[in-house]
Amino acid sequence: MKTDKARKNPLVMFIHKLGSPPWFYGFTGKFIPWLWAVFAVLTIWGLYLGLFKAPPDYLQGESYRIMYIHVPAAWMSMMIYVLMAIMGFIALIWRIRTMEIMAMNSAPIGAAFTLIALATGSLWGRPTWGTYWVWDARLTSELVLLFLYLGVIGLYKAMDEPRKAARAASLLAMVGLVNLPIIHFSVKWWNTLHQGSSISLTGSKIDPSMLWPLLIMAVAMKFYYAANLITRSRVTLLEQDLRKSWTRTVAEDATGELKS
Amino acid sequence: MPAAFLALLRRDLLLAFRRRTELLFPVAFLLVVVSLFPLGIGPGPALLARIAPGVIWIAALLATVISLDGLFRSDFEDGTLEQFILSGHPLTLIVLAKIVAHWLVAGLPLVLLSPLLAIWMNLPMESLGVMILTLLLGTPILSLIGSIGVGLTLSLKRGGQLLSLLVFPLYVPVLIVATAAVMAVSDGLPYGAFLGLLTAGLVTCVTLAPFASAAALKISVS
Repeated sequence: MKTDKARKNPLVMFIHKLGSPPWFYGFTGKFIPWLWAVFAVLTIWGLYLGLFKAPPDYLQGESYRIMYIHVPAAWMSMMIYVLMAIMGFIALIWRIRTMEIMAMNSAPIGAAFTLIALATGSLWGRPTWGTYWVWDARLTSELVLLFLYLGVIGLYKAMDEPRKAARAASLLAMVGLVNLPIIHFSVKWWNTLHQGSSISLTGSKIDPSMLWPLLIMAVAMKFYYAANLITRSRVTLLEQDLRKSWTRTVAEDATGELKS
Repeated sequence: MPAAFLALLRRDLLLAFRRRTELLFPVAFLLVVVSLFPLGIGPGPALLARIAPGVIWIAALLATVISLDGLFRSDFEDGTLEQFILSGHPLTLIVLAKIVAHWLVAGLPLVLLSPLLAIWMNLPMESLGVMILTLLLGTPILSLIGSIGVGLTLSLKRGGQLLSLLVFPLYVPVLIVATAAVMAVSDGLPYGAFLGLLTAGLVTCVTLAPFASAAALKISVS
């Protein structure tokens, strides 16, 4: 009785269907170009406003403009880790293969954002603080975050069997998520030099002309993550299901399109 | 259930004491690593005293990771681990027994050895008590968190190399809090809060880590 009821619920049905590789492949194929397009438009718009329209900072001059890359990348690096752990949790409990693939494909993207945040931060630190690297709380916790990402990627790549590897790495991501706030606060207490947050949920200390490009870039990066993640996951699905009939159909459709 | 816990604890301790030389490896490793620091940095007593808590703690971290690799290895290779899983006893409890045995064999010697290391590193005598306390509270945390990493890397041929990448980032808070406690004594500051944090960490890890490492073992065995 219960399962019958669940089958009629459209949302439950939708989630069930997303767990099926062919359906996931077909469904995501429809909107993936749009994700990339929105990302491109928002990035060009945000960078134009940030690099050309926003006024220079009274204290930092032009060098502050790197924040239009740095801040969204730092936000993404943390958000993706949380999402990866949540998807890993779902994958572990319900053993949904598309979820395993999505969680594992999040790791390289998140690690790249972390690396970008660290690199742009140290480039900005040179003219502003006078040094490329200081053992400041946020820099250190971002560095530890990079190590956590590398651990997840390393564990996933080290195992031969992809599904077992994904489950092990998902568990590691969850353990890391529990530890992340503890690491963050211990490091924060340990040493703080980084400027305080200028933006919080309750308000912002930044002028709107400088703030808007930042928010546009933040949204653009979320579209980038979604587009990149889904593109990667589709490729991984094709790779893993190379010998299944649905990939053959996909391949025939693709070559048919090329011929016609 | 406690019967199974105690039986396993006895078995692991017995196995460890049958191979007494292997018991000395982490201890010898710790001694060698700590003795390298004065050689590399210089014998100046003031500098050594300043870095003593950090050096001793980092050496303890390294020694723990070296010894952790053997935590489940032999049981995994001869199939005992599968029997544990099939035995019907909660795997969490079995894992906890193995971690306790590991700490008694590999962690406790580090604590007992710390006075000698403190003398080598010229640590002020009034800091020694707190140093021993942090090691007593902190090294079980290292074994507990480490067991999750061991469980995850068990089925890999070169798990040991990956293990350090997995667990060192998770050890960061322990290292910070423990060394801060010892340094607080040297600077004449109150240190009670740090010991409280370490105790909280230990309690949290005892309750949560065995579940995570049991889950990790099940994935590795599957």
